[in-house]
Amino acid sequence: MAITVKEVEYIAKLSRIELSPEEVSYFTSQLDKILDYINKLEELSISGIEPSTGVLPLKNVLREDEIKPSLDIQQVLSLAVSKEENHFKVPKVIE
Amino acid sequence: MLTLDNLRIRALLDLYQKKGITREEVIDYLFNRIDRVESQVKAFVYLNREGIRRQINENCICEDVRLKGIPVTIKDNICVKGELTTCSSKILEGFSPPYNATVVEKLKNAGAILFGKANMDEFAFGSSCETSHCGPTYNPWNLKYVPGGSSGGSAAAVAADETVAALGSDTGGSIRQPAALCGVVGLKPTYGRVSRYGLIAFASSLDQIGPITKDVSDCALILNVIAGHDERDSTSVNLAVPDYTKSLMQDIKGLKIGMPREYFLPGIDLEVKKAIGKATTLFQDLGAKVVEISLPHTEYAVAVYYIIATAEASSNLARFDGVQYGYRTKNLDNAEENNTIVQMYSRTRREGFGPEAKRRIILGTYVLSSGYYDAYYLRALKVRTLIRKDFEQAFKECDLLITPTSPTAAFKIGEKLENPLSMYLSDVYTISANLAGIPAMSLPCGLTQDGLPIGLQILAKPFDEESIFRLAYAYEQNTNWHLQKPNV
Repeated sequence: MAITVKEVEYIAKLSRIELSPEEVSYFTSQLDKILDYINKLEELSISGIEPSTGVLPLKNVLREDEIKPSLDIQQVLSLAVSKEENHFKVPKVIE
Repeated sequence: MLTLDNLRIRALLDLYQKKGITREEVIDYLFNRIDRVESQVKAFVYLNREGIRRQINENCICEDVRLKGIPVTIKDNICVKGELTTCSSKILEGFSPPYNATVVEKLKNAGAILFGKANMDEFAFGSSCETSHCGPTYNPWNLKYVPGGSSGGSAAAVAADETVAALGSDTGGSIRQPAALCGVVGLKPTYGRVSRYGLIAFASSLDQIGPITKDVSDCALILNVIAGHDERDSTSVNLAVPDYTKSLMQDIKGLKIGMPREYFLPGIDLEVKKAIGKATTLFQDLGAKVVEISLPHTEYAVAVYYIIATAEASSNLARFDGVQYGYRTKNLDNAEENNTIVQMYSRTRREGFGPEAKRRIILGTYVLSSGYYDAYYLRALKVRTLIRKDFEQAFKECDLLITPTSPTAAFKIGEKLENPLSMYLSDVYTISANLAGIPAMSLPCGLTQDGLPIGLQILAKPFDEESIFRLAYAYEQNTNWHLQKPNV
C-alpha cells in the first residue's frame, strides 16, 4: 500500500494545511517509508481481538447541571488576533 | 560558603527549616547559574525573572508547605495562567492561557515557585528537542549531543542545575528518554494518576504529566503533590494517593523482577546492555529475584504508536486555526472580500506548524481517513490490546520489569532529523508503557566511555508507582550515578 502524491495533496486539504509541490513530494516519500514500516502489523492475526481505545475501565461521568463562573469574555477575546464586540472575527465563511 | 550545586528538594526544605538559606538566595543562585550556562544549554523558552521574584513573597502565606520555596520548571505545553505557553510552536506565539493547569495549581498550593517554561519538541512531537520553533536544547553532558525529547528542556535544566525540579509530559517516552539522556530521574505515572487538565493535548489516550528530578526522593515528593483525581479531567482516577515517600526504603528482598528478552535483542548498544546487566547483578545481591520473561508483541509497539498517536494528534491539533488564540497568517488579500475562512485556516497552519507537526497531522489524518481506517487505525487498536495483554501476563510472573530506557545514549544534534523513522525507533523501549497505561521510571545507571548518561527503566502494574520507588531508591542508595554531574 504505497501512498501517492495525489493522496498527500488530498489529505493535506482535509487537514487544512497548504503545502507547496516540493513539500508534497518530500512528505510523500517520507510517509511512504513510514507506512511501509507500519505495514508490519499485517503480519499479525487480529481476528477476535477487541480494540483498545484506552487503558482504563472508564464509565460516563455525570454531574449536576449547575451554573459556575466561566472565563472572563474580555480576557479570552484579548487572545484573538481579530475580534469585534463580543465575537471572534474571521474571513467570510460562505462564498 | 554554602554550595548549592546539585540542589535537591529534600535538602533545600531542610535548609529552609533550619533558616540556613533564604528563598531569595536560592533564586539568586539559580539566576546566576542560568547566566553562566543557559547560553550554551538553551533549556528555557521563557523565564520571567520579575514574576519569579514576586512569587517568593506571594507563597509565604500558603498553609501546605510540602514544596514551599521549591523552584519547579514547567514544560511549555502545560498552561500557566498569564505566562507564555506555546508548546514551542509558532502557532501558539504570544499565547498566555487565562487559566492554570491542575498540576500548576497543585504546585502553587503546595508553595512551589513556578520557575520558567522549558523547551520541548514542537507539540511534543520528537525525541531530540530539535523540532522546537525556538531552536534546539543542547545536552549539558556534551553540547554536540541532543538532550532527548520531547521534554528535553526540562531534563537539561535539571541536569545543568539551572532549576531544582521540573515537570514534563510523556506520550511515548517524552519524560523518560530525555531523563535517561541527561542523567536525571523521570517518571511517567500510570495513565489517570495525574490530571491532564491544562496539558495541551497531543494524544489524549497516552499523555501523562510527571516529574523530572535529580533523585528518586525528589520524584516522590513531586508526585505526592501532583497526583490525584480532578473532576475537570474525567480520565483521572478517583483513587487515594499514597505517600510515595513511604516507599523509599532499601529493602527489596523477595521482589521479583522480570527482564523482557525482546528488549535485549541486537540493536541495543553494548555499553547500555552492560550497564543494565550490572544493575541486575546489584538487585540480585540485594535479595531480589531476577527472571527472564517475554513481551512477545514488543516489535509492533512503534508501529501501533505512530498510528494511534498521530491519529489522536491530528484530531487534537485541529483546534489551532488562527481564530481564538495564537498565530494567524498575515498573508491574505488586502481586500477582505477576496479571502475565505478555509484559506485563512490553511495558510495559518502552513505558516504556524513546523515540518514534524505537519508530517504527523497528515499521517494521522491518513490513517483515520475513509478507506484506511480499518487497515490502519482499527488494526492498531487491536494490536494495542495484544500489547496490554503481554504486560498483564508478565505481571502475573513478576512485580516489576527492568529494561534500558533507550537503546543508545544521546545521539548527535542533526543525526536523525532528516530520517523521521530512525527518530521514531529511538522510542522503542518507552512506547509500550504508554500503550499499556502503566507507570515507568528512568533513572541514571551508568556513563558511556564518551561520558554520556545511560538510563535504567523500571515498569510496574497500573497504580503501583510505590514498587517502582522502592526498587529505584534501593538502587540509588547503593550506587552513585545520581551524584555525577556534567561539566557545563
